Amino acid sequence: MSQFLQFVSSGLTVGAIYALAALGFSIIYNASGVINFAQGEFMMLGGMAGAFLTAAGIPLPLAALLSVVAIALVGLIIEKLVVEPASGSDVVSLIIITLGVAMILRGIVQVTFGKANHSLPAFSGDKPIAVFGATILPQSIWILCVSALLVVGLSFFFGRTRIGKGMLAAAYNRLAAELVGVDTRTVLMLSFVLSAAIGAVGGILVAPIATTSYDSGGMLGLKGFVAATLGGLGSGVGAVLGGLLLGLLESMTAGYASSAYKDAVSFVLALLILGLRPQGLFGARQTDRV
Amino acid sequence: MLKVSHLSKSFGGVHAIEDVSFEIPRGGVYAVIGPNGAGKTTLFNLITGLYVPSAGSISLAGEEISGISSNILASRGLSRTFQNLQVCMNLSAVENVMVGAHLNLNSSLLAGMIRAPGLRQSDRACRMKAAELLTFVGCKKFVAADASAMPYGALKRLEIARALAMEPKLLLLDEPAAGLNHTETHEIEELIVRLAKSGITVVLVEHDMRLVMSISERILVLDHGKRLAEGTPDEIRINRDVIAAYLGSEVGET
Amino acid sequence: MSTSGSLPDVLAPRSRAPGLLAVTVVLMVLPVFLPNAFYLDVAIRIAINAVLAITLNLLIGYTGQISLGHAGFVGLGAYGSAILTSRWDIHPGLALVVSAIAAGVLAWVIAGLILRFKGHYLAMATLGLGIIISIVITNETVWTGGPDGMSVGDFVMFGWQPSGERQWYWIFAALLVVTIVLAQNLVDSPAGRALQALHGSEVAARAMGIDTASFKTRVFVLSASYAAIIGSLSAHYLGFITPGIAAFPHSVELVTMVVVGGMASVWGAVFGAVLLSLLPQVLASFEGWETIAFGVILVVTMIFLPRGIVPSLAGLFRRPEG
Ligand SMILES: Nc1ncnc2c1ncn2[C@@H]1O[C@H](COP(=O)(O)OP(=O)(O)OP(=O)(O)O)[C@@H](O)[C@H]1O
Ligand SMILES: [Mg+2]
Repeated sequence: MSQFLQFVSSGLTVGAIYALAALGFSIIYNASGVINFAQGEFMMLGGMAGAFLTAAGIPLPLAALLSVVAIALVGLIIEKLVVEPASGSDVVSLIIITLGVAMILRGIVQVTFGKANHSLPAFSGDKPIAVFGATILPQSIWILCVSALLVVGLSFFFGRTRIGKGMLAAAYNRLAAELVGVDTRTVLMLSFVLSAAIGAVGGILVAPIATTSYDSGGMLGLKGFVAATLGGLGSGVGAVLGGLLLGLLESMTAGYASSAYKDAVSFVLALLILGLRPQGLFGARQTDRV
Repeated sequence: MLKVSHLSKSFGGVHAIEDVSFEIPRGGVYAVIGPNGAGKTTLFNLITGLYVPSAGSISLAGEEISGISSNILASRGLSRTFQNLQVCMNLSAVENVMVGAHLNLNSSLLAGMIRAPGLRQSDRACRMKAAELLTFVGCKKFVAADASAMPYGALKRLEIARALAMEPKLLLLDEPAAGLNHTETHEIEELIVRLAKSGITVVLVEHDMRLVMSISERILVLDHGKRLAEGTPDEIRINRDVIAAYLGSEVGET
Repeated sequence: MSTSGSLPDVLAPRSRAPGLLAVTVVLMVLPVFLPNAFYLDVAIRIAINAVLAITLNLLIGYTGQISLGHAGFVGLGAYGSAILTSRWDIHPGLALVVSAIAAGVLAWVIAGLILRFKGHYLAMATLGLGIIISIVITNETVWTGGPDGMSVGDFVMFGWQPSGERQWYWIFAALLVVTIVLAQNLVDSPAGRALQALHGSEVAARAMGIDTASFKTRVFVLSASYAAIIGSLSAHYLGFITPGIAAFPHSVELVTMVVVGGMASVWGAVFGAVLLSLLPQVLASFEGWETIAFGVILVVTMIFLPRGIVPSLAGLFRRPEG
């Protein structure tokens, strides 16, 4: 039993990070129909910037804040420089473009920081806490709480604020949104800023338990993409649940079956779930109109 | 030729087609009319196997066909055009028409790769025929064009040529004259008459009442998914329900 | 085409002879100009990538089915051959055929599940498939040598055992020419038009009698088996393989060649393969910067030539039509 709880807690911790990645995917997807394969790089950049700033002696809270702002800016620049000029390209081209962006970001980090692993100090120590016979790292609690806060904040943003509602409206029907005065270019910009910031937060949160290096964004990004499709592209609830589900699947596989195959098993299960529900768990089902 | 009985189709809460029955005789032009959203396109999609009916049956020449997939129905002589153009913009005009002849050609990947004997000749014959069909529907000057370079009116005809390439027995045209000007509409009218004369049974959805009234043998009127009336143009013209349904709506709009 | 007399001029498909002739001549004289084995090796790798890119383009460019897992099938072929020949002593020719069939069967089984997906869901599914294959290869150390890789014996074909870059060069050069011809034939055949039609409009294709599901499956199986064959041959050529051959980055590399070179264009795939195989060689001396340059080139080409280099440039030279 305690072992099971242990797997649950570690699954939820990883899952929360995947959920943040998936949210990033979904927000941009909603605003533009683009799957941003550089989403994992935002996380990597967040972790790297945090590690770099704290190493330079800046206190952690300030370093975290600065990193998030900086990465949000990176998101903005990418949107302006790359995504906007390419709007209207087809799915495959856009995938290649964002993969290109990911390479550029990765390359820049490699050139400036080198290939070494970096790490952040845990926010409040490494002393495991015992809960119901399972032990949990304080950092995990940080991850879960901050992610939960972010999700609450985001749902407030999208559900209650004018601009957030506008962004959602634009996702459903761009033309209609424009007619009622939502500027879709602003929406696109905001979506990149927001996704980059969320990614950076995720990257900073996870950096103390998983070291970060120039190439650590790749797998995180893929997992986020899987989680987002699993939940149903564009669905916020789907992204969060997809992320948590993926995290749990992985930790259960690693715990009870084989840790070497945890990634494979989670991919297989994700494929099976999609096989049953091709539109993802929370995606809307559509009959093609003719 | 085609018998539809108690056909229904709903999307979520929307009853797009509700308990509709009618019979299309062999030969001639059979029209389906009704206001926007009446369910005409849905009816076409049901007949051609793109949608599966919620209830009811459809039979073609005495055989039940509801639930059979589109591509198999094509081999039974059912062909169609689309209201919202479904032209393959990645192909040329001629190639689009050749796609219509798919069922008459050897479509094995391997045969295509090694250009199996006979394939070259049959493909060339098919290309010639496609060019003729394009000419027949009045797209002679687009014979060498890419579909993506053609204007709207020409694409509508291209779809007809493609549908004809499979030598259908039953041809469903979904608003072939929509968006066309007077002359073009007139040409389409002549084309449809010629098709019907050649022995093809044509089912026509069209908002242009003058066109419908002048070339149809029988007319089915749908409203809100239900059958409102069915009969000859003269009967429909004086039908009270039909007049009521159309009052204030877009009669004769092109 | 000399026999096209009965077709009006405008209908005659553009002659493919000049392009083919040009490539054949280039491939024939190239070895004369390549000073040593290193350059021959680069040329071989380009040919391998070009063949793979062509087969992938049939899937992505022509049929509109994105695949981010193509390298998985290359890996299946490579490891299939390696394992069958070294562990079981099976004849390399037979091993190649068996691996290709295995890849085809796997693709066929998987196709039923994933080819119902569209767009990004298909991207995710094929990506997952590729990753699963590469994870299996990485972890089944007993069979595959794990991350350290395994060595592969020589290839034997009709009693001939190719050795050295020069002989292998001719094999891959011939394979490239044959693949170009086969692909061009296919594209310009009823089956090829069916594939393109289902890309252009799936409902229209079905309404015209095209069994779209079957065509998607068949082209997926075809490209998977072809990739496996190339995987087998390159494994024998390389003599040593690692799981990287099946990994996600390799899949991405292949997709990139297709998209940058030109979707739905056989020559585009070839051009993309040449360009993107040469780039890393040229950039190799700038550690770290090569990734940046590569990324910049991808982004810039896609923004300014969204249809890919070859179709975009060909469009410029096309005479305007009526
Ligand atoms: N795939 C679908 N999903 C949901 N609702 C649909 C779908 N197809 C049609 N409908 C609905 O069914 C009803 C009938 O639509 P349909 O397109 O058949 O009308 P129509 O008679 O062809 O109209 P029009 O003259 O505008 O072409 C409409 O209310 C439409 O919104
Ligand atoms: Mg309609």
